[in-house]
Amino acid sequence: MADEPLVLGIETSCDETGIGLVRGHTLLMDAVASSVDEHTRFGGVVPEIASRAHLEAMTPTVERALAGAGARLADVDAIAVTAGPGLAGTLLVGAAAAKAYAFALGVPLYGVHHLAAHVAVDQVEHGALPQPCVALLVSGGHSSLLLVPDVATEVVPLGATVDDAAGEAFDKIARVLGLPFPGGPPVDRAAREGDTQAIFFPRGKYDDGTLDFSFAGLKTAVARWVEARERAGESVPVADVAASFQEAVADVLTKKAIEACRRHGVPDLLIGGGVAANSRLRAMAEERCEAAGIRPRVPRPKLCTDNGAMVAALGAELVARGVEPSRLDLPADSALPVTTVSV
Amino acid sequence: MLLLAFDTATPAITAALHDGSAPLASRTVVDQRRHAELLVPSIDAVLREAGASRRDLTDVAVGVGPGPFTGLRVGLVTARSLGHALGVAVHGLCTLDVLAWEYFGAGPFLAVTDARRREVYWASYRDRGTRLAGPAVALPHSVEDRGLPAVGYGAALYPDAFPDARPPQYPSAEALAGLAVARLRDGVPTGPPEPLYLRRPDARLPGPRKHVTPA
Repeated sequence: MADEPLVLGIETSCDETGIGLVRGHTLLMDAVASSVDEHTRFGGVVPEIASRAHLEAMTPTVERALAGAGARLADVDAIAVTAGPGLAGTLLVGAAAAKAYAFALGVPLYGVHHLAAHVAVDQVEHGALPQPCVALLVSGGHSSLLLVPDVATEVVPLGATVDDAAGEAFDKIARVLGLPFPGGPPVDRAAREGDTQAIFFPRGKYDDGTLDFSFAGLKTAVARWVEARERAGESVPVADVAASFQEAVADVLTKKAIEACRRHGVPDLLIGGGVAANSRLRAMAEERCEAAGIRPRVPRPKLCTDNGAMVAALGAELVARGVEPSRLDLPADSALPVTTVSV
Repeated sequence: MLLLAFDTATPAITAALHDGSAPLASRTVVDQRRHAELLVPSIDAVLREAGASRRDLTDVAVGVGPGPFTGLRVGLVTARSLGHALGVAVHGLCTLDVLAWEYFGAGPFLAVTDARRREVYWASYRDRGTRLAGPAVALPHSVEDRGLPAVGYGAALYPDAFPDARPPQYPSAEALAGLAVARLRDGVPTGPPEPLYLRRPDARLPGPRKHVTPA
C-alpha cells in the first residue's frame, strides 16, 4: 500500500473547504473547514462569504490534513481538485490553490467532477466499486441518478431534478417549520418524534416513467399545509410535518433509484451527497434494496457531505488508471457536465 | 534573492521575476475572466524565461488589492499556497502602490482602479513611494483632489471625474517586484498576504417567511 501514490484532494465547490489525503483505496485524513455557521443567519450559502472563508482556510486546512496523516507536502504524489460544478467564485479558490501546490511540488494535477468524486469516495469506505453501478447523488445542489460503468472514465446521466435539489427542499421546509439552516439535520431530528404517515404529501414525477425528480411541488404543498393550519389558528405538528415530508422525499428517491437499477440490470446502488446523511433515506434505501435484491453502498455520513477525501479518492483512481492529468490552465466550470469525469 | 511577484487585482494577470538587483523576466496578459487559468502558466513562463527553477525562489510578493474579489483571491491563494509548498516568505503589497510606483511625474497624484458598481478604488501619493490617503472605495466624483494626475484604468474609465488620466493603466509585476525589493532593502515592512476587500460581502438577512398561499 505504501507504494501507491499519495493524493491530496481539494474541494471548494460550496461552503466546505475540504482537504483529503488518500493512498489507493485508503483514506489517511479528511480535514474540513466549514463556513456554514457564517451562512446560517442568511438562510442560505452566501457565495462571497464562502469564497472569503475558503481563502482563509486553505493553507491551514492543508496543514491540518497533513498533520493528521503524519505526512509532509513533499510526500504528495498528485493533487486533485473539484473543477466543477459548484459556485463559480468558490471553485476558483480551490482550483488556484491546487495549481499552485501542483506546480510548487512538481506533481500532476487532476481537475475532477464533483459528482464523480461523490461516487469515488465509496472506494475508501467499501473497496473497489462494482462496474457498473448506479449512483443516487442528493445534496443541496444536486439530485441525480447516474449510471457509472467506470468512475475513472465514464459516467452516464440517467435522471436529475427538473427544479429544486432535494437538499434545497429540506432547507425550505426547515424555514417553513422555523428550524435553522441548513435544514437537513434539524428536519431529520424533528422527524424522529413524528409520524411518517400523518400527512400524505405529493411525490413529484412519481409515476411518470422517467428517472427525473421534482421537489418544487412537494415544497409548496408542505408550505400550504402549514399555512392552512396557521390560518386556522391551530398549532403546527412540526415533528409530523417533518416526518411526512422526509417520507415523501425518501420514497421518491429510493423508488426511482431502484427503478434505475432494474432498467439497467445493475445490482449495486451507491447513495451519496449531503442528503444521503438523512436517517430515513438511509433506512428506506436499505429496506427497499433488500426487497429488490440490490446491494446498497452508502458511505458514512461524513463522507456523504462535501469533503476533500472524495476528491482525493477520485484522483487516486485516475492516477492508478493512468488517466492523463489536467493542464495548469484548467478552467473551473460551475456547470461542468457530469459526463466529464476529469478535465 | 529570487523574488516572484504577481498581481491579479485588476483585469491584468501579471507575473515577474527579480533577482534583487534587476528584473529577469515578466509577462502580462489582460483578460479579466481568466485569472485562475492564466496565473500559474504565467509564473511558469517567467521562470523558464529566466532559466530558473521554482526551487530557487526565496520570496513571493503579491498584490493584495483592492480589486474585484474573485480575481484578487486567485492571486492571494496562489501566493499563500506557493509560500506554503516552497517554504518561502510571502509579502503582500497594495496594488494601488504598485501602480503609483511606475509614475515618475511630480506629485501629488492619484492611483485609481475600477471597483465596479460605478465606483473606484483610489489612493493618493506624495511621490511614487509615499501614500498620502487611501486605499478607499468611492464614487468617482466624490474622490478627493480628483483633478490631480491619476494613473490606473479607473481614471481612464471615468474621464469626466478624472480629467488628467495618465499611464500606466494596469499594475505590472515588474513594478511590484521592484517595489517589494526596495522595501525589503530599506527595511520597510511589507504586509501580510491579506486581501484589501474594502467592502463587506453582499448578503441580506432574510425577511419574514414568504407565504405560498394568499393571505
